[in-house]
Amino acid sequence: MRMQVNVNGELREADVEPRLLLVHFIRDHLGLTGTHWGCDTSNCGACTVHLDGEPVKSCTVLAVRTDGHEVTTIEGIWSGTELTPVQEGFHQEHGLQCGFCTPGMIMTGTEFLERNPNPTEREIREAISGNLCRCTGYENIVKAIQWAANNTVREEVGA
Amino acid sequence: MAATPTQGHTFGDRMPRKEDGRFIRGKGKYVDDVRLPGMLHSAIVRSPFAHAKINNVDVSAALELEGVHAVITGADLEAQGLAWMPTLAGDTQAVLATDKVRFQGQEVAFVVANDRYIAQDALELIDVDYEPLGTVIDSRKALDEDAPVIRDDKEGQEDNSIFFWDAGDKEATEKAFQEAEVTVRQEMFYPRNHPAPMETCGAVADYDVSTGEMTIYMTSQAPHAHRTLFSMVSGLPEHQIRIISPDIGGGFGNKVPIYPGYVCAAAASLILNRPVKWMESRSENLMSTSFARDYHMVGEIAATRDGEILGVRSEIIADHGAFNAHAQPGYEWPTGFFPIFTSCYDVPAAYAEATGVYSNKAPGGIAYRCSFRVTEAIYLMERTMDVLADELGMDPVELRRKNFIKKEQMPYLSIMGWEYDGGDYDAGLDEALRIAGYEELLEEQRKAREEGRLMGIGFSTFTEIVGAGPGKKCHIAGIEMFDAAELRLHPTGKAILKLGVKSQGQGHETTFAQIVAGELGIPAENVEVREGDTDNTPFGLGTYGSRSTPVCGAATAMVSRKIREKAKKIAAHMLEAAEGDLEWTGDRFQVKGSPDQSMNMEEISFAAYTNVPEGEEAGLESVTYYDPPEMTYPFGAYICIVEIDRGTGQVEVKRFIAVDDCGVRINPMVIEGQMHGGLASGIGTALMEVIEFDEEGNHLNSSFMDYLMLTSTEAPKYELGEIVTPSTHHPLGARGVAESPTVGAPPAVVNAVVDALSPYGVRHVDMPLTPSRTWSILREHGVEA
Repeated sequence: MRMQVNVNGELREADVEPRLLLVHFIRDHLGLTGTHWGCDTSNCGACTVHLDGEPVKSCTVLAVRTDGHEVTTIEGIWSGTELTPVQEGFHQEHGLQCGFCTPGMIMTGTEFLERNPNPTEREIREAISGNLCRCTGYENIVKAIQWAANNTVREEVGA
Repeated sequence: MAATPTQGHTFGDRMPRKEDGRFIRGKGKYVDDVRLPGMLHSAIVRSPFAHAKINNVDVSAALELEGVHAVITGADLEAQGLAWMPTLAGDTQAVLATDKVRFQGQEVAFVVANDRYIAQDALELIDVDYEPLGTVIDSRKALDEDAPVIRDDKEGQEDNSIFFWDAGDKEATEKAFQEAEVTVRQEMFYPRNHPAPMETCGAVADYDVSTGEMTIYMTSQAPHAHRTLFSMVSGLPEHQIRIISPDIGGGFGNKVPIYPGYVCAAAASLILNRPVKWMESRSENLMSTSFARDYHMVGEIAATRDGEILGVRSEIIADHGAFNAHAQPGYEWPTGFFPIFTSCYDVPAAYAEATGVYSNKAPGGIAYRCSFRVTEAIYLMERTMDVLADELGMDPVELRRKNFIKKEQMPYLSIMGWEYDGGDYDAGLDEALRIAGYEELLEEQRKAREEGRLMGIGFSTFTEIVGAGPGKKCHIAGIEMFDAAELRLHPTGKAILKLGVKSQGQGHETTFAQIVAGELGIPAENVEVREGDTDNTPFGLGTYGSRSTPVCGAATAMVSRKIREKAKKIAAHMLEAAEGDLEWTGDRFQVKGSPDQSMNMEEISFAAYTNVPEGEEAGLESVTYYDPPEMTYPFGAYICIVEIDRGTGQVEVKRFIAVDDCGVRINPMVIEGQMHGGLASGIGTALMEVIEFDEEGNHLNSSFMDYLMLTSTEAPKYELGEIVTPSTHHPLGARGVAESPTVGAPPAVVNAVVDALSPYGVRHVDMPLTPSRTWSILREHGVEA
């Protein structure tokens, strides 16, 4: 099937099988390997990307479903020169070890902070509960997202 | 990135990690990210039966499917003498089944196709004629007379026995039990579980017929050892095999063994002369790669009425699955380091015996985030200690303290023959009790019980044993378990450090740079760390069993000191002083008493390439192979506080206090991260992580919907504490760390749950403490919602 999708601000066209999963389209067809494939059953969240701004688990979305839509991956979430506060927070608070779950965590955390810029610890834990991490025990991931919340310059601040 | 101090970071600093940059940008490079020109993909036909005879494998329809390049069967490999491979435990394992399948998920055929979808389609077209056989699932029945013999491929194998092992003084221990005022005995099961790293196992094999070189990108925790083993198995010359272990998405022991998929990818690349990728799905990872634990154990303690331990005894039935692929530091250790079971206690007599058996389950086992079988040993001891405390009516804290090895006894030679490298167990427990506020906790528990709430407090005090070698005791296929570091300072004073170990997330690129920084007085930012490529790193045995810091960290310190010795010669030459007149200040050599006459490492490095003293070789480069004199013995004191929902049986971990002593700390931030992760694994093990089978051998936990791991909402906020008693033999005083929490946490959780239920007569509960299990126990003991 022919499809057209805006990936990280760039229009991509492809002819794909209807059964192709979005995660494989992103990784194998577009070569964007920052999105990881961890489980097949949408439990682990390593494949989390944004579809029209909403986090989805790309292992359980068909690529053709994104025809005419916008997809953002970890590669497209930052400017190429400046890291986002969430990315920086993961570095500052040691929110990653092996790095495999990290892109998915960052995608989930980023969209969550857009909805809830001043979250409590419990709210962060709820927000990332669909993303598994085997290395960090989650505590520093929670701190990383908290760091981003505390270090995001927002227009309304001080207004 | 964060601003760094002008002097840079050094040993002991909470240095943010150097490796983070690529991972937070999605630029990590894992095996599945490797894409080579002409690369093909693969899929594996796996057995639906746990035990069945193979009558025929028909691949003809699959070969006709467009896009399929080859289907390799056991018969094909057998013709090349490659159908079976040796395991790390000295057994054999089928690469692709020929005669029988022996566990559900076993590899039967290997399909190579243009992409992974076509390869999966082809699996459906392969017709295997199976004849189901009876199964052995419960390891306690494996040696029954009517049990089907699983390994009838082995000459002389007439039952399902693998080994009988014992250690300690049986007679002295028996005597202790006969004479003791009190004895306790507890049967317990440490269930089978799985390391389940977020990245599954995989490889890209790339054989170049024009050069004869085989390059294998591989999820390997031990690339050098794997190169040697690959060479031995395949007959390919070792100098033409290159293993590249790129970024690894977590290992936890899962990536220590060699799996059939790696071998098949290499064989397919040889046959097709094209790169071939093999990448497991999650269910393949959970069903066929190495499990952990699966020990049925009996723990016994003999003691005086006032709680002094006189003897400890244990008996094990060890389920190793269909092939004995146990990862251990040599064939001499069929139960790994289980003999550490007397732990941090001064035990005068001890004895353990184990029977290893085959079953129709996946082969193994490996040490999931622990040193070889230490989790089982410590669980046995800590659980039995609480049973003894219950029997004596004694506070579990008091009982532990009464039996601790005292710091004055260090270095301590245990009755099982281990020489502990220092430790202060009283200090660890004191610190844990202080953080927990034990007196207040007891008061809180009294009130909770009055209100009918099920609150429990559980303890676990233990020693680990990590950092194999020494080479004379520990080896892989005969290769002694040293490790190596190679260090070069470039003319501008920047350094490259190459290691024989391989990080899977532990942060080596940062912490090993910090070791060099501390030894040579250069910023850690100026040290680049390389690992994982066998062509470009010195031979080492890899990363597992918390051995990187104890062995390779020591090698890094020693190679830095060699460099410093040569630097001293160069400085003496440049400063026109005798070597004996120079002193090292931490970042420079200076003439004693003349601080203005000095050279730092940057200046010395430049001189090493531009103004070499007569009789010296140019350059500033060295390699060290370090064989540790002993293992290291990090230890911990953990306290877990739980509350159980009377209605649902759900166990909530309210608090978890973990005090650890891993000796001198290289990067406290990294250590805390390792502790957090290990605690999550340990708490998950106690509460939910389990691999179970039905009677026919069907795997019941083959996806993350059924193999449950701790999520962010179940994980508690960890309360960490530390004490530091330097290792008596490690050149930096450091010990391994990342596995202590996986060892120490499960008994603390179970002890807390049993404590919560003890007023109702509960003395033991087997893991995992799922709501359904706890609910049943509540109802059995008359606890109403």
